[in-house]
Amino acid sequence: MISLSAAAPTDVITSEAMATDVACFPSTSQYFKLVESFKNDGFEMCVDLCGVDYLEHFDRALPEGVVATRYEVVVNLLSLSKKQRVRIRVQAGNDHAEVDSLFSLYPGTEAMEREAFDFFGILFTGHPELTRILMPEDWEGHPLRKDYGIGKVPVQFKHAPGPR
Amino acid sequence: MALEDLQHNFLTGQIEDLVRWARRASVWPASFGLACCAIEMMAAGAADFDLSRFGMEVFRNSPRQADLMIVAGRVSQKMAPVLRQVYDQMMEPKWVISMGVCASSGGMFNNYAIVQGVDQIVPVDVYAPGCPPSPETLMHAILTLHEQIRTGEIMKRRAEGRPTHIEESNNLWTPEVPVAVRIGTPK
Amino acid sequence: MSDTTIRTAERIELLVADTSEGAQELKRREATSKDELGRELGSVLRIDGLTLDPNSIDFERNDDETMIINMGPSHPSTHGVLRIMLELDGEFVLRSKTVIGYLHTGMEKTGEALSYVQGGTNVTRMDYLSPVINELSYSMAVEKLLGIEVPERATWIRMMMSELNRISSHLVWMATNGMDVGSTSMMIYGLRERELVLAFFEKTAGLRMNLNYVRPGGVAADLPDGWQDDIQVICDTIYARTFEYDTLLTGQPIFRQRMIGVAPISAEEALALGVTGPLLRSTGVAWDLRRTMPYLAYDKVDFDVIVGTYGDNFDRYAIRLNEIRESIRIVRQCLEMMPSGDYRSQDPKVTPPPRARINESMEALIHHFKLFTEGFHVPAGEVYSAVESPRGELGCYIVSDGGPKPYRIHVRAPSFVNLQAVPLLMRGGSVSDTITVISTVDPVMGEVDR
Repeated sequence: MISLSAAAPTDVITSEAMATDVACFPSTSQYFKLVESFKNDGFEMCVDLCGVDYLEHFDRALPEGVVATRYEVVVNLLSLSKKQRVRIRVQAGNDHAEVDSLFSLYPGTEAMEREAFDFFGILFTGHPELTRILMPEDWEGHPLRKDYGIGKVPVQFKHAPGPR
Repeated sequence: MALEDLQHNFLTGQIEDLVRWARRASVWPASFGLACCAIEMMAAGAADFDLSRFGMEVFRNSPRQADLMIVAGRVSQKMAPVLRQVYDQMMEPKWVISMGVCASSGGMFNNYAIVQGVDQIVPVDVYAPGCPPSPETLMHAILTLHEQIRTGEIMKRRAEGRPTHIEESNNLWTPEVPVAVRIGTPK
Repeated sequence: MSDTTIRTAERIELLVADTSEGAQELKRREATSKDELGRELGSVLRIDGLTLDPNSIDFERNDDETMIINMGPSHPSTHGVLRIMLELDGEFVLRSKTVIGYLHTGMEKTGEALSYVQGGTNVTRMDYLSPVINELSYSMAVEKLLGIEVPERATWIRMMMSELNRISSHLVWMATNGMDVGSTSMMIYGLRERELVLAFFEKTAGLRMNLNYVRPGGVAADLPDGWQDDIQVICDTIYARTFEYDTLLTGQPIFRQRMIGVAPISAEEALALGVTGPLLRSTGVAWDLRRTMPYLAYDKVDFDVIVGTYGDNFDRYAIRLNEIRESIRIVRQCLEMMPSGDYRSQDPKVTPPPRARINESMEALIHHFKLFTEGFHVPAGEVYSAVESPRGELGCYIVSDGGPKPYRIHVRAPSFVNLQAVPLLMRGGSVSDTITVISTVDPVMGEVDR
């Protein structure tokens, strides 16, 4: 059971039926303020930040009033003092996904946001240097998108020549 | 094994056999451990599966001082040019063992991120399968390589460019080695 | 890469172009934004109450006075393919930046193509020093989505194997840390002890490393006969040997000089950076998921959470050494209190039937076929489940769309987040300290790059 502090934006939708932890569904404009209110409320650590591409699943189960978009950014916060976790799912957008960066609140999100950008192309405004982190610098495309193929090479069995 | 070579080579052998003995008795690996296979490579160099008895316990950090590159682990697209660079820095004669299935063929990761077989980048002499290969498998691969160096098969192939096969060497003294140690693609 | 001719000195521009990572590298000060410069300088400025002395952050340094060097992905520190770019003033490090991705395997994408039983083989290769714990976090996430109960014996077996894995991972850490500091005998000792644990793993699961042992529903096979004697030998031997390590390293003046007072980190900085595991506990914060948010049967066993004081290298070393002893304590308790029963859930929709029954029962055959070709379907939903790995909090976030394969699987790797503390730890130290810093942060590049 979690209650949003008074500083949180008033119309953030929360749901306890969605997940094993409580999930909050702010809009992109409420997102930064909500995380800030959680931080001031005792959630000292941002444990995880990742992106999800729901290309074909606009009909996924979401609470009333939340408009599903293709990309979602999922943030997990942890409170050491209260021993509690909370999950924040923000709908980031369809083609040009862009959300606020949490770097000024939690410097530990720097690498995680770069990873979300590298894999999905989600932009984070306010990030000090949003570059690719795991793929080579000149890689084209964002690999974890659902319309990016896995890149399987068909296996061939042929008469093996000698080495060199 | 080394002592027998010594006696024969000093009394009757050719200089080539001496050089080949020296080359295979002190192959120095370049440390190129990438992933899980690197841990098994370290275990092979440690106490229980000692590589030092083959003269190989010194893992040289500088590729210029190394003879053998054991590519241990999966090679990603970002790492491929680095791998080639390290290989180029090694001095001739140099050998490559591809350790593990990820280095040999891409392994279980048939996707955009992994080079499907390190032989697309560097020429490989011995492939050691396993995920990860147990240190015993790695030692078998190393001994196979030693055997190839000892009989001179590697240098002959490199010079003439023909595919490997088991051939009778001119050296009359060829000890009986188990068939499993001698490799070659079927004719 | 298609150009395979030998590189010579004249073609150095090709060499540089091939291996350059462009914007991911450490750039000259003029080309770096102020925020990023501050981050590379190791300042974690955004905590209330943590004021920074403006004189200690040398924003005004000239690019001509300093030198940027590259500790390339292939380097003597035995911690995998990590590339660190350092800006040096003589021997001392001013800025540093880690460039990662040299082991990126696309495991999260591969995970979407594998069924839930096969997913364990994928996840286990991320943190290859503690494979059982990877599989554990994945299996726990899947079980939460499925809503099934794991039998008690399976829980205790999982706990015992996790603690054995923690011992073997910390032993590898002791070995590589000793090697980095210069003690090659520590390398041999650590790996020699680890062989005892690996022999037990081979007896139980069939494989020394990357065992696909913990699966959704339980474990893959029961413990072998005579396991109590094996575990007794392991516990007694390793416990006695940890005191030998004390003689070799802990009291030794050279080791102490290299580790005490080097690279301290404070609790606020660690929490801000999301650091967990021994790195966080060395600052004094007693956060261990096994104690604070217990999973498996950790609330039924007795163990201590080891906490440091100064947050320097020596504290991290001492924490890991004592965690080996605590894990041995837990394993001994598992040995005494291991319940009997099933080693995996009996739910036929999740667990395949025993092989002998396939010959007798048509249903068993159908179940076996369905489970191994298509896999079991997991209800739609999302879950985040975290366990305490030897490196910190290892979390698995799974989104399921009701099918037999995960829709999205994301692993929160502790080393990925802990590496963000590296610029902070390296600042002000000498180049030789950078090796010990990487060593005590204990990154495993398999999980950093996934």
